[in-house]
Amino acid sequence: MNFDLSDEQKMLAEQARGLLGERSPAERLRALIADGAEWDEPLWRELAEMGFLGAAIAEDHGGLGMTALDLGVISQELGRANASLPFFSSIVLAANALALAGSDAQKAAWLPAVASGERIGTFAYAEGPADWLALTPATRLVNGRITGTKRPVADGGIADFAVVLVDAGQGPALAVVDLDQPEVTREKLDSFDQLRAQYAISFAGAKAELLDASTGAQIISSLLDAAAVQASFEAVGGAQACLEMARLYALDRQIFGRSLASYQAIKHRLADIAVAIELALSNAYFAAWAVSEAPAELAGAAAAARLTAIAAFESAARENIQVHGGIGYTFEANCHFYYRRERTLLLSLGGREVWADRLIATVA
Amino acid sequence: MDFNDTPEEAAFRAQARVWLAANAPAHVLPEGDRLEDTDEMARGRAWQRALYDGGYAGITLSRALGGRGGTIIEQVVFAEEESRYALPKGPYISIGLGMALTVIGKHGTSEQIARFCEATLKGEITWCQLFSEPSAGSDLANLRTKAVPDGDHWVVNGQKVWSSWAHLAEWGILVVRTDPTVPKHKGLSFFVVDMKAPGVEVRPIRQISGASDFNETFLTDVRIPDTNRIGAVGDGWACCMTVLMSERIGSGSERESVAAMITYAGNTPRGPGTALDSSAVRVAMAQALAEERGEKYLQARLRTMISRGENPGALASMIKLAYASRNQKSLGLGMELRGLDALATGPADEATAKLQYEYIWSTVMRIAGGADEVLRNQIAERVLGMPGEIRTDKNVPFDQL
Repeated sequence: MNFDLSDEQKMLAEQARGLLGERSPAERLRALIADGAEWDEPLWRELAEMGFLGAAIAEDHGGLGMTALDLGVISQELGRANASLPFFSSIVLAANALALAGSDAQKAAWLPAVASGERIGTFAYAEGPADWLALTPATRLVNGRITGTKRPVADGGIADFAVVLVDAGQGPALAVVDLDQPEVTREKLDSFDQLRAQYAISFAGAKAELLDASTGAQIISSLLDAAAVQASFEAVGGAQACLEMARLYALDRQIFGRSLASYQAIKHRLADIAVAIELALSNAYFAAWAVSEAPAELAGAAAAARLTAIAAFESAARENIQVHGGIGYTFEANCHFYYRRERTLLLSLGGREVWADRLIATVA
Repeated sequence: MDFNDTPEEAAFRAQARVWLAANAPAHVLPEGDRLEDTDEMARGRAWQRALYDGGYAGITLSRALGGRGGTIIEQVVFAEEESRYALPKGPYISIGLGMALTVIGKHGTSEQIARFCEATLKGEITWCQLFSEPSAGSDLANLRTKAVPDGDHWVVNGQKVWSSWAHLAEWGILVVRTDPTVPKHKGLSFFVVDMKAPGVEVRPIRQISGASDFNETFLTDVRIPDTNRIGAVGDGWACCMTVLMSERIGSGSERESVAAMITYAGNTPRGPGTALDSSAVRVAMAQALAEERGEKYLQARLRTMISRGENPGALASMIKLAYASRNQKSLGLGMELRGLDALATGPADEATAKLQYEYIWSTVMRIAGGADEVLRNQIAERVLGMPGEIRTDKNVPFDQL
């Protein structure tokens, strides 16, 4: 047993942390919001050059062929920086959907451009609030034409293509749609997370292609498990950033004649968050390892990672503002990025009930 | 990263499995009624002797001390395999192996090592821990039991509490105050005490569970030869730290328990279906299971650190802190699931009786071996670098507090 990151993975983490710390500091995030930008395009180009976008894409398709754990290391750093990038949409969901369910031709058509960052994908699965994942979608694919509306779709404004959950006549399936068609309309929604835009995308008979091996709930389930692992890393990174912000603020702040950090009310709260983070990270490590090394355990491991990561980020994001006190409610204190992103990560991939059921199903 | 055994670990596991298959079944505890303490301890000694003869006693203990000189991962592997059998492995053995041998091995003289190590590894000597006192729990250094020199002996007077298995143990590890004129951590010394010595009186404590796992131990003019002092006079606190650190890292082959509770929920009738049909039950159970797994994999990370010679320090406290509350919460939930059956149990319902007992016992885990609050302080101070507590007793001689 050797249950730690390799030296290469630790280097990868440092590299990613260094780049994101430099290019995506809080001032940058505030500037993006002020400009109404939907993403940090120059940073995306840099990530592409570093090979981060293609990290987990097969070498045959222009990627580096690295593992889910390598990708997790990157996700964790993106979460820490709260970067405004379509990484989760394009790499974790759309590219992996193509990798899991696409034909060789479909992979060859899309993946190299995703790996290089030239094209951005997203995953359009929801159809409003009733079900977080519309497994009996009203969006239909008939004779290569797609009709229906998906909402919300993260990064739907900048995406070049979408992998769409459709009813193709034999249950749920995945189709790939080029969004640059006259039969596609995009409506920008008011996103709770100011650093991750959300859209409604309507298809009025646009051309679409079924992913070869995508029919049925199983492939979608595999895609979601893999996404849950990455979302867990991202949430852990966000939680770590919140803990560090709260810790530094408490150490600096004097109150009633001594450091705020010297009060047990604060120490114990942050200690609990530190524990929650380590539990979540440990689960995320195991789940990422299971993706390639123990696939039979992935479903349970991904759900366990997801549940602990939700708990860690939720408490860290809330208590970060609380420890800051009134200043935490100001835009300049930067706590709000994480407070909003936490809800995005929670809601976009199904909340506790969803993953509790998935975990229970593996043991009951 | 690899959660699987290395080839060497796999070979060790296979070897351990073969040995256990040949030797463990004869020592497996009978199911059902709880054994008499004397019977359980006798069985514990016999199993420990078998382990010694098989070369599996004290796996991480150095060969010089009579151990196997193996790695922490080997100890974990062996504990995993051993836990497949219901073997007598209570505190009557673990206090000796985990605490007494650790402190004697590190701070003892060669005579003390020769006298105690092999006999403890063989299960011939069992140990109890005489640390806590009525006014010295989390604040252990506040202890008042005192030892006064008298020729080549010390005369000890005082009261210890929470001493598991003291009523049957041959020896105790004891920390006492030898100098009340210096600040409290500095005036302590460490001894081993013969529990049959005149003046040692052990009384069982009646606990909230109804059982008496713990004792109070009264020491009245107990004479301890100076040759039974461990470490220098005044070095008692360092010896205590050696013991408490090894306690916290632990060998940890805790059985996983949440999955069984989920199975139970699925078999518990509720309305037209089962308790597991409730989303609230599923969410609570799944959260507990996810946390239990997180503890397991965090444990694996710490073991990896230890096997590389790194000290996980207060990270080890995280597992105990997480486990104790989560365990209490899930046992409480288990009682809720059983509903009124958990309120009034029929004589044949052993499973519910066990759950009731464990729910009461779960309170101990949040207090013993580092209370939740102490562990939170440790994590905040040593992992997060937050300031230590304000100490009004620091640098003040004990007799002026």
